[in-house]
Amino acid sequence: MSSLFSKITIVCYFLGTLSFLAYLLAGKKESFSRFSLYTTGIGFAFHTVTLITGMIEKGYVSLTLLSDAMDFFAWSLVMVFLLVEFRFRIHVLGSFVLPIALVALLSGAVLPTEIQSPDTAMHMAWVYIHTALALLGAVGFAIAFLVGVMYLIQERLLKSKQFNNLYNKLPSLDILDDLNQKAVILGFSFLTTGIIIGAWGAGKVSGWYWDPREVFSLAIWLFYLIVLHGRITVGWRAKKAAYLAIIGFIGVVFSFVGVDLIWKGQHSFL
Amino acid sequence: MDIIVVGLNHRTAPIEIREKLSISDAQLREALIRLKSCHGIDEGVILSTCNRVEVCAVVQQVQTGFQRIKEFFEDHHTGLSPEEWNASLYLYSADEAIRHLFRVASSLDSMVIGEPQVLGQLKDAFDTAMHQKATGIILNKVFRKAISVAKRVRTETKIAENAVSISFAAVELAKKVFGRLEGKEALLVGAGEMAELAVRHLVDNGVGKVMITTRNFDNAIDLAKRFNGIPLRLEEFPRYLAESDILICSTGASHYVITEEHIRQAIQRRKNRPVFLIDISVPRNIDPHVNRIDNVFLYDIDDLQLIVESNLEGRQKEALKAEEIVSEELTAMNKWLKSLEVVPTITALRTKADEIRRVELNKFLSKLGGLTPEQRETIEGLAASIVNKLLHSPLVVLKDEARSENGALYADAVRRLFNLDKDLPHHPHRASSEKEDDADPGEEKV
Repeated sequence: MSSLFSKITIVCYFLGTLSFLAYLLAGKKESFSRFSLYTTGIGFAFHTVTLITGMIEKGYVSLTLLSDAMDFFAWSLVMVFLLVEFRFRIHVLGSFVLPIALVALLSGAVLPTEIQSPDTAMHMAWVYIHTALALLGAVGFAIAFLVGVMYLIQERLLKSKQFNNLYNKLPSLDILDDLNQKAVILGFSFLTTGIIIGAWGAGKVSGWYWDPREVFSLAIWLFYLIVLHGRITVGWRAKKAAYLAIIGFIGVVFSFVGVDLIWKGQHSFL
Repeated sequence: MDIIVVGLNHRTAPIEIREKLSISDAQLREALIRLKSCHGIDEGVILSTCNRVEVCAVVQQVQTGFQRIKEFFEDHHTGLSPEEWNASLYLYSADEAIRHLFRVASSLDSMVIGEPQVLGQLKDAFDTAMHQKATGIILNKVFRKAISVAKRVRTETKIAENAVSISFAAVELAKKVFGRLEGKEALLVGAGEMAELAVRHLVDNGVGKVMITTRNFDNAIDLAKRFNGIPLRLEEFPRYLAESDILICSTGASHYVITEEHIRQAIQRRKNRPVFLIDISVPRNIDPHVNRIDNVFLYDIDDLQLIVESNLEGRQKEALKAEEIVSEELTAMNKWLKSLEVVPTITALRTKADEIRRVELNKFLSKLGGLTPEQRETIEGLAASIVNKLLHSPLVVLKDEARSENGALYADAVRRLFNLDKDLPHHPHRASSEKEDDADPGEEKV
């Protein structure tokens, strides 16, 4: 059952991506906007059902496979987008979020999904919470990254005085900068809680032993701490904040995927 | 019974003529009473704005109606000889008159297409006419329809979207940088009509604090009073640059009043909060190199002009869609107007009665069965006699009222009482009257 739902989800997100890109390129402000939102909404509903039925079929929560992590990441990303859309009406954000969500979902679908025995050390409750929080943190940073890209595009359009369709669709710089800050704060809060729970759990099991993922996560946490601090004290806002959000997210992607490819350790996704 | 429009607007008459013929609010009531008292004019509305003066009326005869309204204008203003403004008048009747009204209400006939004021002015003109009892069943319906057409045009097309004035274009640009202007601070360097308008728009859109500096400090004080702002001396304004989110520069100076160095320092003190600069002076007063600094957005008069032009083009495109809506609504309006004609109403009433008589007779004759031809004839005679007697007095009244100003009212009532609009008969008279409308001489502008 869940495999059928997941196929429907993929089709919906695919249509959502296409229509959101069409919306981005279309001349008129309202073309494709309804359709893209509907497909995304329906896709998200099926995605939710897929995750729940998957959990029921397996009989346990699964987040330790990289494929599961990707799946959960895509789901939370779309959820945050839908929340932002309903709260701030920044429809064009979908044109940036949906392609990323689709890629995450597809990569989750092609990655191995072998059944693991549910009784290893990796299946304690704190592991799930730790992983979920870390992934939600990544979602926050992903939104900040996308909003940063949007900021740089809009800034370029304003500077070069190109008042085209894209200019009309993108929100104002202030709104984008504000959203950037909110997304970083959200991501940072999740990451902080995730790291604390991880450290606490690890202390009980194996202890802190400076594996590459831990080092990278700490580095990222420190980076975003400096970013947030810099905004308040020395004015790292606007264009600078957009660049920082982009750099930060590259680091996040590396810490999730790159670390696994280079060092295969106990802390890796399976 | 016909609808006509006689008037002139910014395209047909220069301001010298328009101002002489215009009817002020104070004169409007008296003018409406005079219009209504003209022989052959059943209903009337007078619309007088700075861009147009026109009279819309329901008349019994188109040509005499035109003549009466021309005389009405002559009476209203004696200082000009009719030859001077006669050529500027446009005369519309029937379809063209209604189309014109719809277009005026929808701001398709305005100097700046899509401007919102004319609809309010038209509403006021209609309200005043209604209070003076100068309107009746027809103009009430036509004007209400014109207002709803205008609203439809506004919601279904983008005719009123985007700024078409320099000062408003500046506000829209500012909103693309700041999102909301609430709580932002603006600094006006210099004066001038366009700059003041821009500040006025900014304040209307939420800008909280306005600082004003001019070469002559007294002018700054005067201006500051108007915008509830703060006057600054010209030599002290650079100190306030860092505080202002929006800067409008419009001085007569022939050099750069604001240099790259000024803005660099300001941005540093602002901790990178974006700043929005508008330079409406020619020669320019803000060094164009300022735009190279991060988080600084500088626009000059040409940039704003470009926005206005492209927005105007956009409105022209939307106007085509609006014209389609107007045509669509015109068809619906015509259908209703046609229904108000007395002769087709009489025909429809007769047809309906005959139809009922025929159906009921057939039903009962087949039930009774085995009747002799004489009996059958008697029953048919009875049915015909009842129908004719019942219809006699309504038909007599309708015929009597056909030429009176209440004809439309009676026709409307009869149609509703007898439910005649369900299936309007295609009477030959209607077809011919439509042809007459098409060939009406009043269509062309005179």
